[in-house]
Amino acid sequence: MNIENFETIVVETDLLILGGGMAACGAAFEASYWAKKNNLKVTLVDKAAMERSGAVAMGLSAINLYLGLKNGKNTVEDYVNYVKTDLMGIIRDDLVANIARHVDSSVHLFEKWGLPIWKDDDGNYINEGRWQIMIHGESYKNIVSEAAKNALKELGENGRYYERIFIAEPIMDGDRCIGAAGFSVRENKFYIFKAKSVLDTMGGAVHVFRPRSVGEGLGRSWYPPFNSGASAYFTLKAGAEMTCQEVRFVPVRFKDSYGPVGAWFLLFKSKATNAKGEDYMETRAAELEKWAPYGTAKPTPANLRNYLMLLELEEGNGPIYMHTEEAIKKLVAEIPDEKEAKRKLKELESEAWEDFLDMTISQALNWAAHNIEPENTPSEISACEPYFISSHSGASGAWISGPKDLAPSEDYHWGYDNMTTRKGLFAAGDASGASSHKFSSGSFTEGRIAGKSALVFCVDNPDSVNLSNDKINELKQRILQPLTTFETHKNYANDEDVNPNFIKPKMFMFRLQKIMDEYAGGASVNFKTSKPLLEKGLEFLQYMKEDAEKLAAKDLHELMRAWENVHRLWQAESHIRTMLFREETRWPGYYFRTDYPEMKDEWKAFANCRWNPETGEWEMIKREIKELT
Amino acid sequence: MPSFVINEKCDGCKAQDKTACQYICPNDLMVLDKEKNKAYNRAVEMCWECYSCVKICPTQAIEVRGYADFMPLGAVVQPMRSTDAIMWSVKFRNKKIKRFKFPIRTKPEGSIEPDAGFDPGTDDLKSPLLRTEPESLGTELYKK
Repeated sequence: MNIENFETIVVETDLLILGGGMAACGAAFEASYWAKKNNLKVTLVDKAAMERSGAVAMGLSAINLYLGLKNGKNTVEDYVNYVKTDLMGIIRDDLVANIARHVDSSVHLFEKWGLPIWKDDDGNYINEGRWQIMIHGESYKNIVSEAAKNALKELGENGRYYERIFIAEPIMDGDRCIGAAGFSVRENKFYIFKAKSVLDTMGGAVHVFRPRSVGEGLGRSWYPPFNSGASAYFTLKAGAEMTCQEVRFVPVRFKDSYGPVGAWFLLFKSKATNAKGEDYMETRAAELEKWAPYGTAKPTPANLRNYLMLLELEEGNGPIYMHTEEAIKKLVAEIPDEKEAKRKLKELESEAWEDFLDMTISQALNWAAHNIEPENTPSEISACEPYFISSHSGASGAWISGPKDLAPSEDYHWGYDNMTTRKGLFAAGDASGASSHKFSSGSFTEGRIAGKSALVFCVDNPDSVNLSNDKINELKQRILQPLTTFETHKNYANDEDVNPNFIKPKMFMFRLQKIMDEYAGGASVNFKTSKPLLEKGLEFLQYMKEDAEKLAAKDLHELMRAWENVHRLWQAESHIRTMLFREETRWPGYYFRTDYPEMKDEWKAFANCRWNPETGEWEMIKREIKELT
Repeated sequence: MPSFVINEKCDGCKAQDKTACQYICPNDLMVLDKEKNKAYNRAVEMCWECYSCVKICPTQAIEVRGYADFMPLGAVVQPMRSTDAIMWSVKFRNKKIKRFKFPIRTKPEGSIEPDAGFDPGTDDLKSPLLRTEPESLGTELYKK
């Protein structure tokens, strides 16, 4: 493809929302309201179709964050303490509290918009666990995106959304973010979005580490494979400070298809055991004391539950089973009336299948393929591979300003809620760090908070931004370079993928995954790493950074893949550097530093990092944890 | 091969500028072979098995064959999605069949009003209150 044929389209807006997932939809809903009052423009850019984009594309069977504040069920402080324990003390209380105090409002909106929420006979939501409520969520994203689109429509000409545009790079003017550059994945069009403020909500990162399945099953990651590190790359490249880049998430899920375990553990009160039938949470309880106070708190942090399971596997005690059959038997046995018990069994069966069909259909297919009926047969569970997702039990993302009325001091608050350390650049959802456990409802809510805040920035900074044609041309040449590289060299060899002059995105990704898996504590080494291994991995990443200049793409789809993998590479580098910086083991079920096998008081702190755009150097920054409660 | 297209049933979405599956795939995998006028999944190893293409296909031409890395052959999980519910048929390898039906939305598609009947709330840009709060919250906003 010849890039001379690419049209350049410049879109000017006030607020630019990057992404189309839950956080982006929350931002569009909220910002549209404030933009209308202030006659401002809001533009949203999604790499896919909003109706089914982002991590909720397939649907969900539960909303994992609902406090029930209006009924006095929980307090904001309760939630902050729960999240803090789960993350072994490393969270920003102010950010978690800010999401928690607003999140019920979002859930009430979802219900009014038409999301079916399970209710008891008195009309109260049915809880799965303390914070989780059950939904019929097949169309969760369809509903939320419709509300976001309708909110943008209220702005008339001033509210627009673009689909199938891939954002490759931030556009900076000194320390201010003034837009984003990308391309259509469907037409030969290069896009420049100029904005007064930019909100990064482009999701977390998958396929940085080698997945356990590497054939067709490569795509069956727990978190979606289309979330490819765009958020982290955008803020890193802008020169913004990042936090918790070491805090990956390794979920334990049903083996191979990675179906959800939440309903089984929380709603059905199921137990997991080793092959001998031993409940390792009981037999290995003493291990948890080493990780006190978090290890001895209830509920046990996710990473420690993983860790005890990994110890079982290391001793050869696998497979690990979720005893679905025992859980169902027990629930049915509680009902004395035989007819009533039969009805209950039918209901539980339907609930069990819906849990998968709503959010991980592949797991239902897996059960059917193995003739598994959960009421009769237990199912294997397993740790997935590492992902970067701050909306769940990971924490990686940009270091952002907290709300004025909740932030404990000035180093947690510098003007606008959710603004990164770069002017006009905001982050929410998986893009903002140290505010874990937001899940779908909290991500939408954080998008709302950030959307309003970024709109305030536009009101306070009304002057239009300047971007020269030279800069636009430079961005165009660079972003479309993989097409040029392919065009220039394609006739040299008789195989379009094997050519000494370039590397294709797929093999580039495999190389990255191999390095990360083997040196940075991936699944195949049981998540263990050390300084010598990390340093070796970092050395190999430098070759990858050089080879990234030789990525080649034969078409627009491959051009997107090329940039996705550049984004993953930066996520990977910040991860390795931060794991090296934190000289301890704090989340043993996520990664284990064999050279520093214990948790240390001196590391009850944030490990932050920043890539300096002026020097190209990385800075590592240790920041104090300041608590709200 | 995760999602696949049944030749006999796919009509390439006839005169549309793009096929329904192309429109919806969150990973940009579905494409139309213009010569054959049939859609196909161009990179099955990047497919999440999210079924978005299966659910949207107007001729029910798309199915999913489970990832061959770890699934034995023979099972089929197929949805029929209507305006307010989804029906699933689950066929086991041993031929057993189970059917389930779940609601998907309580309001018709296209009818959503963003404020959903809540009072839109404050005009104050500097207030921590968000659109529709405090009514949508049902209580006062938490303060330190």
